[in-house]
This record gives sequence, C-alpha cells and structure tokens, in this order.
Amino acid sequence: MLRTSLIASAFAVGLGIGQAAFAQNSVYMPAILELSGAGAVSGTNFRDGMILAVEEINAKGGILGKKIEMPLLDTQSEAGIARSQVQKVLDNKPYVILGPVFSGSVITSMVLAQDAEIPQIIGGEAAAITQKGNPYVFRTSFGQQFSMPKIANYVRDGIKAKSVALLWVNNDFGKGGRDTFTKEMAARDIKVVADISTESGQADFSADVVKLKAANPDAVFVYVNEEESARFLREAKKQGLKTPLIGETTLLGQKVIDLAGDAANGVKGHVGLSVDAPIPAVKEFAERFKKRFNYVCDHNGIKGYTGIYFIKTVTEKIGKFDSKAFAAAAHGITISPKDVPNILMEATWDKNGDIDRESFLGEVVGSKQKIVEVLPKLGK
Amino acid sequence: MASFIQLLVSGLATGAIYALVAVGFTLLWQTSQTINFAQGEFVMLPAFFVLAAMNAGAPFWFACLIAIVLSVLMLGIVFKLVVVDPMLKHGVLPLVISTIALAVFLKEGVKDFYSSQAQPFPTLAPDHDISVFDAVVSTQSLAVLAVAIAAVVGLNLLLQKTRLGRSMQATAQNPTLARILGIPVRRMVLYTFVVNAVLVAIASILISPIYLAKFSNGETLGLAAFIAAIIGGFNQVRGAVLGGVILGVLDNFSAAYVSAQYRVAIPLVILIIVILVRPQGLLGRVEERTV
Repeated sequence: MLRTSLIASAFAVGLGIGQAAFAQNSVYMPAILELSGAGAVSGTNFRDGMILAVEEINAKGGILGKKIEMPLLDTQSEAGIARSQVQKVLDNKPYVILGPVFSGSVITSMVLAQDAEIPQIIGGEAAAITQKGNPYVFRTSFGQQFSMPKIANYVRDGIKAKSVALLWVNNDFGKGGRDTFTKEMAARDIKVVADISTESGQADFSADVVKLKAANPDAVFVYVNEEESARFLREAKKQGLKTPLIGETTLLGQKVIDLAGDAANGVKGHVGLSVDAPIPAVKEFAERFKKRFNYVCDHNGIKGYTGIYFIKTVTEKIGKFDSKAFAAAAHGITISPKDVPNILMEATWDKNGDIDRESFLGEVVGSKQKIVEVLPKLGK
Repeated sequence: MASFIQLLVSGLATGAIYALVAVGFTLLWQTSQTINFAQGEFVMLPAFFVLAAMNAGAPFWFACLIAIVLSVLMLGIVFKLVVVDPMLKHGVLPLVISTIALAVFLKEGVKDFYSSQAQPFPTLAPDHDISVFDAVVSTQSLAVLAVAIAAVVGLNLLLQKTRLGRSMQATAQNPTLARILGIPVRRMVLYTFVVNAVLVAIASILISPIYLAKFSNGETLGLAAFIAAIIGGFNQVRGAVLGGVILGVLDNFSAAYVSAQYRVAIPLVILIIVILVRPQGLLGRVEERTV
C-alpha cells in the first residue's frame, strides 16, 4: 500500500514537473477523490483504476495526441473539502473533472462545475445527482433508481421475502438508497419492519444488530459504505444474526470481504460491476490491475478505469477538446467493447448522465464473490 | 429481556475498553499533570504493531507481545523522555499542545506508512454463541470483558498490594513528601507511563477486531475515554473505570432505545450534567488550589 501511495504521489508530482512545457502537449483532467477518511476504500480504488487507464492511454500517445495530466486531490471524504477542491481546479480550466465518489461530495460540488460548463465524471450513486437537470454530470456506475428495482425484484423473487429491515448510512448516498428502496418495497407489497439509520464511519453496530434481531424480518437490506459494511457483518456474525443479508456492491465488494473475513459468507445481492463477472475483458482488466497495484480491485476500480475510456471515446468522437461539445456528445452515447475494448462492457449514457449496462446478482461463498446471474440492461 | 442482556453485555465489553484507556488518562494526570490528547492515537497505534509483526510472520499471540513491548518503549518511555519531560517544565498548556501535535503525527504517520484504509484484525477468541435467558452472547464479547477486567484488577493489585504500587500512589498524592521519604519520584512517574502504554496496547488489541485497524480510530476512542475519565473523576482510577463502563453501556442503550442519530450527543449531555452538578466527577475528589 505504501508503494502504491508513493507511486500515486510520484505520478501526481511527476505530472506537475515542468508543467508549462508539458501543458502544451497535455490535457488537464484533475481527479478529486476520497483518498483518506471514511471513503478511502472507494477513492483509492477509483484512483488506481484511473491511473491504470491513463498510463495505458499515455503510453499509446494520449487522446488526440495529447497526454493526460491528472493531478490527484484529496477530499478527505468531506463534502466541504470536495467543493473547495473543485473550486480550486476550476481556476486552471480543466477539460473535465474526475470524481468525487461520495454522493454528498458530488452534490455539493457539481454546481460549481456546472456553472463553469465543465463535465464531471463521478462515482456517486445517489439518485438525486442526475435528477437536478445538470447537463454536465456523468455517472460511471448505476444510480440508485437503476439498481434498486433490480434488488427489489431479487428480494421478492429470489428471497421471497414478505418483510424486510433496512440498515442505511445517514448521508446522501444512504438516504437516497433508503428512499428509493422503500418505494420499491411498497410497490411490491413488502413490509419494511425496521428502518435503522447509522452514521458514516460508525464503529460499533451492536445496538443495530440487536434491533434487527428484535424486528425479525425475512431479510435485511444493508446499505452502508464498505468499511461500515465489514464492521456490521462482523457484529452480525458475533451476535448470531441468521436472517439473509442483502445488499448492493458496497456489501459484496472484495474489500468488504477482505475486512469481514468469514462473516461475509452468505451475503447476497446486486452488483453493478464486479471483477468476478463472467466477462473475459473484465477478468483481463482485473489481472492487469492486480499486477500493477498488488491488490484485488473492487467495483470502484472498474468505474475509474472505464470512466477514463469514456472520456477518450467521446473526445475522439467530437475530435477536439471542447468541454461543452463533450457534454452534448456524451448524452445518448452507447460505447461497445467491439469498438472500444477497454470500456469492458457495453454502456449507454442517457440524457441525464445516467449509465445503463448489464449487472449481476452475486453471493459471497468461501470468502469470494460469486456471480450467480447476469441481469440485462434496463433499456433492453 | 433478551435484547436488554445482549445490549448490556456488548456495552460492558466496549465500556471496559474505554475504561482501560480512561484509567491511563487518570494515571498520567495524577503523577505528572499530563493530559495526553494523543491517548486515542496511542490506542490506535499498537494494532498496527500487531499487524506489522504478523506480516513479518509472527503468530497472533506473539505479535501481541511484540506490540506491548513496542508500546512500552515508544508510547511509554520515549514519549515520557522526548515529549513530556522537555515540555512539562513550561507548564501544562505547552504539553497539551505537544500531545495534540503528537496525535496528528501518529495519525498521519500510520496513514502514510501503512494505509489510509481499514485493515482486518484478528479476534481474541473464536466465534461461539452462548445462550443466556434467550439472549445470544458471543464469546468474543465475554473474552474482551474478561481481559479488560483482568487488566483493571491486575492494575489495582499492583497499586494497592505492592511496594511499587504504593510508591506510585505516594508520588501521585504528594511528590515532595514522597521524595523526602526516599521514593525515586522520577522513576515512579516513568513507571506510570509504562503502565499507561501497557493499558493502551491491551485496549488496542481488544477494540481493533470491532473497529478494524484504522489510522483514524483514535479520534473516537480518545474522546470517549476523555469523557469517561471526566464523568468518573479525573483524579481517581476507580472513577475512570466507572466512567468507561457507564459510557459503553449508555451508548448501546441510547442507540437502541432512544435514537441512533443522537447516540454521539448523549455522552456529551451526561458530561455537561456531571460538570454542572458534580464537577469532580462521580467518584473524584475535590482538589483545591490556592492562588
């Protein structure tokens, strides 16, 4: 990890050396990410995915002959810092802005990029992000309005639950997920018997597990960030919680499995992206990532990697570095691995900047994520 | 009833860990007027000593021993000689600021040299459930409770039943008189720092399976222990133990029966009430100073 940090720092610093000379032949695309704090798992994976893509692209001559210049700025997982970092990079007139990953940080900062008419390629999943009429924001993963119906169908048809309990993190990501999931449950006549909010960075989940046990639901839907997911799973195992635990990528990701150990076994849910997906291009990417950074990438690594290739593809389509033209061309675009192999899976960006692509149902077996079903694009 | 028992056991386990850290606060204060605002980071760091030793191939139990030894050296002796001794002669405030700086240094150091991400940490006891009045109580919670109680009882025996402990108490109560009686005061103060280092190392080994080892863990733990020490009485070891236990149990009960959102605020409310009603803490003694 130290080595990775040093490489990343050297990467950022190295790009800053001789900036004036380099800038002539480079395109400025700053990345504003959760490199420390509660979102460090997400941010560092997203960062490393991007670094891998940037290295590949720069090694082949860059985008339209210009090398990518991607300084890394830390939000410390704080929305206020994310906003000031966005403000800071806007002074340097970026072509696009990459990140943040945390929804709260995206929501507080995206207005600045919108006012400056700079596209922002984000990792946030809160439904509200793309419902504010911002034509400059583009997702790299499903919004909750895309993922929650798939989970809800699984709770109804796969688990055959009549009642569920919700455990969610009280931030923009968690609240958005909780609101969308509750609506989907109501539409399927599934009763929500416990609605438990937790805090970002929460360490002790013993009281929450006791409350879940007392509610006695058919399934528990867990929607908190990765580290909190791991702490929750360890506590749930410690207290002998037997109820099926259902979640999204933040519950089934590799980092969660690494942190929770055996306690993650048996967890099921929907994963928008996974290195265990039965797709050869994804597996090859995962191997390259592991070789480069010496750890197994999670969904955020794929988001960062494909996000860079999304920018490259759209830019080459418009044939110039024009931020406004980029935003216009990116809406409605479909990028297929047949044309751009590094996009890994066919993806479509709609008029709101939401992304649609295949996704997966997964389960943790023997401390490994196992994909049990491939779900088609919603648009198909 | 089952939920109540589970919450109580789990709260006692967490509270016992807070108590260990709070006891360290009170020991340092009593013997050297040191308020160590890096105490939370002192709890965070030994977990990384354990992980580093395990990465080097040591089994968990041996890694824990290494961590305790390293803690004694770095968080006990080196801390006393390099930070406390030079600063204390300038008064309490410069020392407090130094410990705040040390906390930042330790936190950022772990982040840079180990990882900014949480790390899995082995549990002290294997997972087994024990049923008590329909409540499922984990062996992990019981093991944490047992080790913490053993540490507090051991400390109490040391302080009450040994010559060394009585010398440490004499130093805490009246260092001038202790010196006249031939007690090596400087060495006694150093021993207090060593005891604090052992306590924080034990607390670290107990809390890290729950919190996961992370550079930022000290923020929560330091604050919790500081509040516990004030609630119980900053100048009494038994007060710190009581404060820690109250805080752990209260946190669990308030999260379950009052509001999860306001669980962080409730200990602060209790703190304010204690300061208003009984400023010396629940078991603390009044200290008067002449001007």
